[in-house]
Amino acid sequence: MGMTMTQKILAAHARLDKVEAGQLIEAELDLVLGNDITTPVAIDVMKGIKNESVFDKDKIALVMDHFIPNKDIKSAENCKCCREFAAKHEITNYFDVGKMGIEHALLPESGLTVAGDCIIGADSHTCTYGALGAFSTGVGSTDMAAGMATGKAWFKVPSAIKFNIVGKPGKWISGKDVILHIIGKIGVDGALYRSMEFTGEGIKYLNMDDRFTIANMAIEAGGKNGIFPVDDIAVEYMKSHGSRPYKVYEADSDAVYDEEYTIDLSELRPTISFPHLPENTKTIDEIKEKIEVQQAVIGSCTNGRISDLRVAAEIIKGNKIADNVRCIVIPATQKIYLKALEEGLLKIFVEAGAVVSTPTCGPCLGGYMGILAAGERCISTTNRNFVGRMGHTSSEVYLASPAVAAASAVKGYIAEP
Amino acid sequence: MKAKGHVFKYGDNVDTDVIIPARYLAIQDKKELSQHAMEDIDKDFVKNIKPGDIIVAGKNFGCGSSREHAPIVIKESGVGCVIADTFARIFFRNAINIGLPILECPDAAEAINAGDEVEVDFDTGKITDVTTGKVFNAQPFPEFMQKIINSNGLVGYIND
Repeated sequence: MGMTMTQKILAAHARLDKVEAGQLIEAELDLVLGNDITTPVAIDVMKGIKNESVFDKDKIALVMDHFIPNKDIKSAENCKCCREFAAKHEITNYFDVGKMGIEHALLPESGLTVAGDCIIGADSHTCTYGALGAFSTGVGSTDMAAGMATGKAWFKVPSAIKFNIVGKPGKWISGKDVILHIIGKIGVDGALYRSMEFTGEGIKYLNMDDRFTIANMAIEAGGKNGIFPVDDIAVEYMKSHGSRPYKVYEADSDAVYDEEYTIDLSELRPTISFPHLPENTKTIDEIKEKIEVQQAVIGSCTNGRISDLRVAAEIIKGNKIADNVRCIVIPATQKIYLKALEEGLLKIFVEAGAVVSTPTCGPCLGGYMGILAAGERCISTTNRNFVGRMGHTSSEVYLASPAVAAASAVKGYIAEP
Repeated sequence: MKAKGHVFKYGDNVDTDVIIPARYLAIQDKKELSQHAMEDIDKDFVKNIKPGDIIVAGKNFGCGSSREHAPIVIKESGVGCVIADTFARIFFRNAINIGLPILECPDAAEAINAGDEVEVDFDTGKITDVTTGKVFNAQPFPEFMQKIINSNGLVGYIND
């Protein structure tokens, strides 16, 4: 019985010839990640570990992104705690205001995550790097602390679900529509404890930003990780963003999958997740009523990349944001911000009446920079629409692609691009 | 080791945002943080919970964010055990790592009612609903995880 792509990466990092689903292993880590919310907790945990030093100062990334530039005194204290820890341990990859970006856009862009890596991050969307053919998964702060101290983590080797991607997508169909469609199909626990392995000839129509979006939301189906094969598009991305050597792992031809699905991109329609679970999906054609929105958010680790901003700008250009809508655009990193500036995208947003923010997770998790009042609705390119996620418990978040969010911001209600 | 208390019952997909909303995540003091436990799903939880009480929930408990603050506030508020049909995987890891007792038991998750008095024996995985007299058996943990649990969490395990 062969191994899946994920199993091969885990076997190599556990220095084993073979692993099987369900097996408990200890794997060596290529990168341990934390942010300004989870790192202070990990730093506190590390105080209890006998050997309080870090395993490798080059293999830890600390990204201040959730509540920065700091929203209040407490969040400022948390960043200060991370800053002092990074200085004390001479952490190479510490990212603060001016150099930071939203972690899951920033690390691949900085060349810190490559194919074949085994990565843990104290952030649930760490699964994003599977887009490049790495094994990466979200953990908590105690795992992060143990990872920083020992360079290792324990895993239960996952079984996998295979998604065979075929067909060519329509003009406004993006990675977001693909993953929302999948979550709608299998549910928010449809991939619980398991890998989501994407394959098939249709992948060539998905650019890296689409793939990051898809892998990013594997956790929203309960998945341990999402992973893509390493093709020319992925290799080109890695070569142009860094110099770390990568290693390509391929699933065995006789690898066993729990389930297999075929996703035909040509059949997908713009897809929206209704409150209060990402699995509550409807296509734009299934929405018969006029759903007015008061806010539109275009950004986050899911959809704040340059392709996302280009699509939004293409739709917004020459239009005005509807009178009753606050439209908040958040480029995910400084580089993306600068690129959007150079390409004239930011001008389009501002002239239309949208605001452009510094990179931050901000409103995605109801932190700041766009909190919703009671009963308000937001169309958002973020990843979760749980009760109270973006503000008041009676507010509502509708998840969608940048194209749908932009079209809705212009119309004032959830609309087709 | 045993836990005994009254049951707080919730449904499927209880997410980490309702367990501890992000608006409180800048708080580092665990006692202060736990004053907001379960606030967005059950605003009276903190007022009503007594040490040793038990949470019983449906599928995918703790889905969403990786925030360890979620199992921390549940533990800090005095909950003796969480029983669910299934747990989201990061919450599962975090609970084991910080020493919050959890048990997966679909039959118990379905049959136990809010307010029932329940006794849990962690050594045997036996769950007894004292109110109804029903008895359930949870899946035992693999040996490796049991070692972490016996060391009071991952830090204790590493130090050993």
